Amino acid sequence: MSALIEFQSVCKYYQMGDTTVVAADHISFTVNDGEFLAIVGHSGSGKSTCMNIIGCLDVPSEGTYLLDGRDVGQMDKNELAEIRNEKLGFIFQQYNLLPKLNLVENVEIPLMYAGVGRSERRERAKIALEMVGLGNKLKHKPNELSGGQQQRVSIARALVGEPSVILADEPTGALDSKTGREVLELLQQLHAAGNTVVLITHDNSIAVQAERIIRLADGRVIYDGPADAPEAVVTPNLAGKKGGVPA
Amino acid sequence: MSILESFSLAFKNIVSSKMRTFLTMLGIIIGVAAVTVIVGLGNGLEGYVTDSFADMGTDTLTVSVQERGSTRTLEVEDMYEIVEENSDYLNKCSPTATMSGYVKIGTETTSSSVTGVSEDYFDMMHYTVTTGRGILYSDIASRSKICVVGAYVNLAYYGGSAVGDSLRINGTSYTIVGVLEQQLDDDDLEEGCSDDCIYLPYSTASRVTGRISSYVITVYDENYVDEGKEVVEAALYEFFEDDDFYTVTSMSELVETMTSMIDLIVGILSAIAAISLVVGGIGIMNIMLVSVTERTREIGIRKSLGAKERYIMQQFVIEAACTSALGGVVGILLGYLLSSVASVVVASLLGESLTIAPTSASVALAFGISVGIGIVFGYLPAKKAARLNPIDALHYD
Repeated sequence: MSALIEFQSVCKYYQMGDTTVVAADHISFTVNDGEFLAIVGHSGSGKSTCMNIIGCLDVPSEGTYLLDGRDVGQMDKNELAEIRNEKLGFIFQQYNLLPKLNLVENVEIPLMYAGVGRSERRERAKIALEMVGLGNKLKHKPNELSGGQQQRVSIARALVGEPSVILADEPTGALDSKTGREVLELLQQLHAAGNTVVLITHDNSIAVQAERIIRLADGRVIYDGPADAPEAVVTPNLAGKKGGVPA
Repeated sequence: MSILESFSLAFKNIVSSKMRTFLTMLGIIIGVAAVTVIVGLGNGLEGYVTDSFADMGTDTLTVSVQERGSTRTLEVEDMYEIVEENSDYLNKCSPTATMSGYVKIGTETTSSSVTGVSEDYFDMMHYTVTTGRGILYSDIASRSKICVVGAYVNLAYYGGSAVGDSLRINGTSYTIVGVLEQQLDDDDLEEGCSDDCIYLPYSTASRVTGRISSYVITVYDENYVDEGKEVVEAALYEFFEDDDFYTVTSMSELVETMTSMIDLIVGILSAIAAISLVVGGIGIMNIMLVSVTERTREIGIRKSLGAKERYIMQQFVIEAACTSALGGVVGILLGYLLSSVASVVVASLLGESLTIAPTSASVALAFGISVGIGIVFGYLPAKKAARLNPIDALHYD
């Protein structure tokens, strides 16, 4: 298996007034093709920063991030937009569907920016929506759907461009536990079908659905290992006292 | 993403907020409509002026001589000689002597215009004698007390049989020998109109008025009016050795002067109307800026899904241009409507037929300007949208 995501000592600093905030402090890990990884941490742990960098929405201040062997840190805005379009599928907590567009139009957006022709785009968007069980609601607007259904639309949108990585940022955060489980099952299905899934969450009970967990605290990796190991779900403050477990 | 996609996105957005779009376009609509009507009005006026002057002959020059202080006096024969010598350009010449005073027809006093002219005058002005005869050279030579009257005089005072009758000008009796063809429509015949006129031999008239001081000269080809004017001026300069004693004006020059004045006025009015186009453009910019703020999240989503800056930019610029162009089209239609209404109103108020017709060039210009305004004023908001940081935009509420 080849390394799809490779973080080499990635640091991210933010300037907040006079103080410099270290959001990511020499984070290193690799994710192989076909893995199902959960990045866990409390707010402020640096998981959002990680997600932004993995998602090519942001670039590291220091260190190197290789996505599919390409150095993202050296890319300009246009290349970043291109690589997001090509390699990444986003699933957001708030679904982030465009309310004025119907489901097909929402799902085909990544294909539109990829330059796929109208009819092919339509077809692929329909297939993606059928895959998430919404093939009968193609012309509906997002606000006619339940939260779980909307999240499934956003999963279809993440899938449609056949990305290398599906990046899910608290995908169940806005859902009740039942629909949340359904969404997680869908992610597991995607993983089973060979997709690489990166799940970002603060919730251990959700993180354990993945195969592998990376736990972050204060911008550092404090655990990186299988999801079924007992240390994976250890409370962060205890882990903090231990000083973290290097990757 | 193709330009076509951007257009379809823009139309979706325009259609989804009709009221806002309409209000945004209002400035452009008013501006374009105003410019269209004003330019149309200018064209109508120009056409009206040109037509009116064309009736008077665009191939004529008018010479007036002011000899006060000059050592030489220009006789009628001198003028004829000048025309003779420059027969390359100049065709015919007629002295004109305008008589003031009262005209008595029977017991009625009229205000008809009385002019002394040569035997060529009617020919030069394209007047036709319908009954009787015109003025002959022999009338001029013998200073006969005869006259030719206009159609109005004939109809109003003689019931259509003026020939053979007589009238009195300043107490002297003149025999009517001919009647001119009616120039105007029946509806327009009234006292003081161009058919209310009396023509005498200039020699007869000059006895009363004194020296002949103005002449009408025609050129062979109306395209050479300017050259004709130059040769007359040159000849007169040679005669007087000074250019203070004469003026030569051509009808076409007058038309040009009038036309350029109308153009100037239309230009100024259009510029004022165009201010509303600028105001409209600012309105568009304002709404687009609001729209960018409102759609920050959408922009963030689109960027996270792979939209490059130029796609976002393209989308907003095209949306602004479409809004503005749509306003332009509505404005043009409104302009046409107002123009036809104004034509009817002017016709019924002034009794003159004045066609207010916007030219296709002005319509195209108005449309082009409105699209341009959309692009110019849409650029800044679009730039702002394109520059948004995707992370901040995604978390914007």
